[in-house]
Amino acid sequence: MSLLRVRDVVTAYGKIEALKGVSLEVAQGSITCLLGPNGAGKTTLMMSIAGILKPRKGAILFGGEDIAGRAPHSIVAKGVALVPENRLVFPSMTVLENLNAGAYQRGDRNAIADDVERMFARFPRLKERAAQQAGTLSGGEQQMLAVARALMSRPKLLLMDEPSLGLAPLVVEEIFRIVTELHKDGTSIFLVEQNAHMALKVAQHFYLMEQGKVSFSGTPGALAEDEVIRRAYLGSSKT
Amino acid sequence: MTDLAQNTLDGLFLGSSYALLALGFTLIFGVLRRVNLSFGPAVMFGCYAATWVHLNFGAGLVLLAMVAVLGSILAGAYVERLCFAPHRGGSAIAAMVASFALWMQFEELATIALPRHVYDFPALHGGAPLAFGALTLRVESLVMLLAAVLVCALLWWILYRTRFGVAVRAVIDQPQAAQLAGISVPRIFMLTFALASAIGGLAGFLIASSHEQVTPMLGMWSTMKGLLAMMLGGLGSLPGAVLGGLALGLLEAHSQWFFGPQTRDLIAYALLFILLAARVPWMTTRSAS
Repeated sequence: MSLLRVRDVVTAYGKIEALKGVSLEVAQGSITCLLGPNGAGKTTLMMSIAGILKPRKGAILFGGEDIAGRAPHSIVAKGVALVPENRLVFPSMTVLENLNAGAYQRGDRNAIADDVERMFARFPRLKERAAQQAGTLSGGEQQMLAVARALMSRPKLLLMDEPSLGLAPLVVEEIFRIVTELHKDGTSIFLVEQNAHMALKVAQHFYLMEQGKVSFSGTPGALAEDEVIRRAYLGSSKT
Repeated sequence: MTDLAQNTLDGLFLGSSYALLALGFTLIFGVLRRVNLSFGPAVMFGCYAATWVHLNFGAGLVLLAMVAVLGSILAGAYVERLCFAPHRGGSAIAAMVASFALWMQFEELATIALPRHVYDFPALHGGAPLAFGALTLRVESLVMLLAAVLVCALLWWILYRTRFGVAVRAVIDQPQAAQLAGISVPRIFMLTFALASAIGGLAGFLIASSHEQVTPMLGMWSTMKGLLAMMLGGLGSLPGAVLGGLALGLLEAHSQWFFGPQTRDLIAYALLFILLAARVPWMTTRSAS
C-alpha cells in the first residue's frame, strides 16, 4: 500500500522547471531512497512534498488525500515531517527548545515531555547538551537534533534530505543505524541520499532522478545490477 | 555635579520611552526582516483615537490607554495586511515603500479627523515633580521607566516561557525550519505585529500624556526615535533595543545641556553615522532575540 503517491508533479523556479513531471511512490512502512546527481531536483521534490514550494501541476497524495500546494504547517499536521538539507536547526535556541518547537502543533504537554525523554534516550548526546545553544553543536549532533525535532511532530512519514551530507563516516553510520531503528518502530521513511553504499543497506526501494525526471525505479537488487548506476553511484564496475 | 546627575536621570527616563518604541520596532524587524516605517504613525493613530475619545466622551486615563493600545493594534494589523503580507518573501524595499505610503495615510486621516495642529492630552499626574534632595523627578517619568521595565519583563516571559514565544524565536532564527516544524509563519507575523503595535501604543500613550499634547508629528517622531534606538542597539536584538533606547536618551539629555537644544538631534545622528562608519561589531551582527 502506498502512503505517499507523487503524480506528474511539476515545480518551477520562475520559468525554469526543476521537476518536469515526477511520479513516484513510498510504500507504507518502507524505507524508500531517492538517488541522483546534484541539480537533479531531489531537494525541490522534498520541498514540494513538505509544502515549502508549491507545485505548478500534478498531485501529491498522502494517505489518499491531495496535499499539493497546502501550507507547510498543515502538511506537518497531516503527519509528514521533513529533515531539511543542511539540518537547519534553530541556532540561538537550546537543544530542548528546538525539540519543543518540533512539537509546536501538539497540545498534549505531558506526552510532549515523554517524547523529549524518548529522544534523549535515543540520542544520548542531545541529553548531555539539552541546555546548550543548538548553533554550538557539531555537524553530527545538529543532524541528530534535526531528526529528533522532526520526530517530535510524531510523523507517519519522515522525509530526510541528505542526512549524511558533510558528516564523518562514523557519524554517517550512526545516522543510518537510527534510520533503521525508526523504520523498525513503524515510521515510513523517504530518503534522499548521495551515499548509495549506505542506502543500499537500508532501503527497500530505489528511485533515480536525473534532470527533473525519474529515470529508474527498482529494488536494491535491480539497482546493483544496473551497469550505468553501478558506475555512477557505487563507483565500481561489475567484476 | 547635580546638573550632571539630573541630566542622567532625565536621560534615563527619556530613554525608557525610546526603549519601548525600539522594542516594538525590533520585534517586527527581527521576525520579518523588514523595516516598518509606519510603526510610528500607527502609534500616532492609536494616540489620536484616544484623543478623539477624550474630546468626545472625556473618558478616564485607563480607558484612554486601552483605546491607544487597541487603536495601535488595529493600525498595525492594517499595515501588516497591506504592506507586509503581500510581499512576504518578496522585495524588502517594496514593503518599506508601501509602509511609507500608509504613513501618509495615517497623517492625513489624523488631520482630517482632528484638524488642529495640537490637541491637549490629559496628564498622568499633572502635579508638582517629586524632589529628592537637589534632584527632581516627574511622576510621568517614573511611570515611563516602570512601564519600560514591566514591558521588558513581560516580553521576556512571552518569548522564553510560552509556546508562542518559542514559535516567534524559531521564526527569527530560521524561518524555513520554523515552517517545517509546523509553525504557521503568516500567523506568527500577524501576532508579532499585534504585539509590537500594542507595545508601541502603550509607549505612545505614555509619551502623549507626559508631553500633555498630541500632534500628527508624533508618528514621524516615534519612527525616528525607535529606528535610531534600534540601530544603536544593533538591528534585531531585543536587549540591544533597550540599551539603544537608554543610550539615545542619555545622549540627548547630556548634549542638550552641554551644547544647547538645537544640537541634540544632530549629535544623535552624528553618533549613529560614526558608529555605522566604524562598523562597530554589535551593529553589524545579524543575530536576533
